[in-house]
Amino acid sequence: METFFSTLINGLSLGGIYAMIALGYTMVYGIAKMLNFAHGDIIMVGGYTIFLFLFINPIVAIAAAIVFCVVIGILIEKLAYKPLRGSSPLAVLITAIGVSYLLQSFAQILFGSATKFVEIATFEKKLQLGAVSIDIPTIITLVCSAAVMAALSIFVKYSKTGRAMIAVSEDKGAAQLMGINVNTIIMITFAIGSALAALAGVFTLLKSPAITPTFGAMPGIKAFTAAVIGGIGSIPGAMVGGLLLGIIETFSNAVPALSPYTDAVEFSILIIVLLVKPTGLLGKKRREKV
Amino acid sequence: MKKFLSTIKWKYYIGYLVITLALAVTGILSAVNALPNSTLYLLEEITIALILAISLSVVVGFLGELSLGHAGFMCVGAYLGGKFSAVICEKFAVSDSNFAVFLLSLIAGGICAAVFGFIIGLPALRLKGDYLAIVTLAFGEIIRNIFLNTSSESFGGALGLPTPRMNKNILFVFGFLLVLATLAVVQNLIRSKHGRAITAIRDNEIAARATGIDITKYKLLVFVISSAFAGIAGVLYSYTKATVRSEIFDYNYSIEILVMVVIGGMGNLSGTMLSAAVITYLNNKLMAVLTGNLAVLQNLVYALILIGIIIYNNAPALKNVREKYNLGTLWAKITKPKKDPAKETDDTGRWDVVPTKIEMDEVLTVGIIKKDIEASEKKEEGKDE
Repeated sequence: METFFSTLINGLSLGGIYAMIALGYTMVYGIAKMLNFAHGDIIMVGGYTIFLFLFINPIVAIAAAIVFCVVIGILIEKLAYKPLRGSSPLAVLITAIGVSYLLQSFAQILFGSATKFVEIATFEKKLQLGAVSIDIPTIITLVCSAAVMAALSIFVKYSKTGRAMIAVSEDKGAAQLMGINVNTIIMITFAIGSALAALAGVFTLLKSPAITPTFGAMPGIKAFTAAVIGGIGSIPGAMVGGLLLGIIETFSNAVPALSPYTDAVEFSILIIVLLVKPTGLLGKKRREKV
Repeated sequence: MKKFLSTIKWKYYIGYLVITLALAVTGILSAVNALPNSTLYLLEEITIALILAISLSVVVGFLGELSLGHAGFMCVGAYLGGKFSAVICEKFAVSDSNFAVFLLSLIAGGICAAVFGFIIGLPALRLKGDYLAIVTLAFGEIIRNIFLNTSSESFGGALGLPTPRMNKNILFVFGFLLVLATLAVVQNLIRSKHGRAITAIRDNEIAARATGIDITKYKLLVFVISSAFAGIAGVLYSYTKATVRSEIFDYNYSIEILVMVVIGGMGNLSGTMLSAAVITYLNNKLMAVLTGNLAVLQNLVYALILIGIIIYNNAPALKNVREKYNLGTLWAKITKPKKDPAKETDDTGRWDVVPTKIEMDEVLTVGIIKKDIEASEKKEEGKDE
């Protein structure tokens, strides 16, 4: 029972990280109608920024990472994706793959392919809840990701910009006629997504303080899977999908027979979900017009 | 004779010609032992890349669906075909370079991969575009993960599966023959009635369905054919290496094949083959030159070229530039002498430039985006002139 409880907590915490990354995917998809394959590598950019600025102060490093990721995210959107707006989705997707390669190879040139260690903070103690002991970073991740998700939900639902984002994702043309600057909204979306990715990078580093140029690739693909499971384009979907995938991953790792096959289990669940519900768990069905 | 030559559509045969020529030249050279081992190895790599790129081109270029798991199908072929030949060789005590075993394992690997292609094709019927892309990606990762965790007796697990090898002087000849076979199947498929149906699905699925094309059948057909050839490439790969290791067939390998198809031009087989050969050649040569941290420069350059080509080929803003400076118009400029405008009587001869193909979307939807209205207005003005 204790193992079940601690696995669940760990799963929720990992799921929180996935959900934060997945939110970036899903918001960009909802608004720009594109899969930003380079999103996972933004996490890596954030991680290396922390590595560079950690000598000053952890807080400064984290702030620098968020700012730098936002700048990179906006730059990518302006230089690589904006010229392609209105062309085929396949072209945009392949460009995104190219950008992902570009970021990875830049990181490798600047920092080498060897693993770098980034100790943001060390925690000696463990939190005791009855018989269950939980790592402090797990708790921090859990609390912070819940707070971020709640803040984002409120922002999207009640603020003017957030409502404009919903409008753009519903119908770009109509939103433009209502006086919404679509380009600005897309830029803001990329900025928020990148900031979330940077935060996800921080929490990942709290759990395991090692970083390589492909640091963001696997969490990126997993979070992308989570976003698709939840229904890409839907913000609650990304949260549900992320938490679900995190829980599945930790439980699959906890079962000895399944642990080597964790990746296979996760991806199989994606395929099964899509077969049953082709638009994901909470995705909206889009009727196709000729 | 000249008349006969001009009736041949060279566009369709240039691929066969170039490959046959390459086969003849390298075959003669290797027969007199003039080729070093490194060149033989490069030739094997190029033939594998050609088969992979041609087979992926059917899905991406002609069906218009994105597959990010092509290396997964290759992995199935390499493991199952390799295991098949290893078992046969051991059981019947034949040598590694037995041609019959090689051919049988090619067929076995191809069929196994085709079965997996069929299985992946099934969700493809319900999903499309981005969703299908993530399913193919997931499939590739699942396959890799499963083979990685097999026991050492079955498929070698993390250590890799030991497979038979063949004389390097002969293997690349088979490679070229397989490329010819792949090209023949794919090109004839595309030029047949079925190929027309496949491209119709790419251009507009709903319109294709309305004209009575069986979408289910054709999508499955494309996935099965494409993955069967990927499996064959996998078997060829297993014969070039002493062991097959699952980490080779990762997501990046699928992307590399996709890059070959995209840079060559989606739906352009000759271009795809050219880019596959050039990229593999450069990969091989750059690997020797760029060592250590410099090796990354190669990826950086690829990424930049990929982004540049996609933006140049697809950006709506660059449409005029594209139409002005493409190979077709340049070629026409070189071959056709400039006409003297004073000798032109009228412009009735220009009937062929009136756009005859109007996209279904433009006809049937009312664009309310400002850009669309501007574009349609521009078109109107163009017609008036």
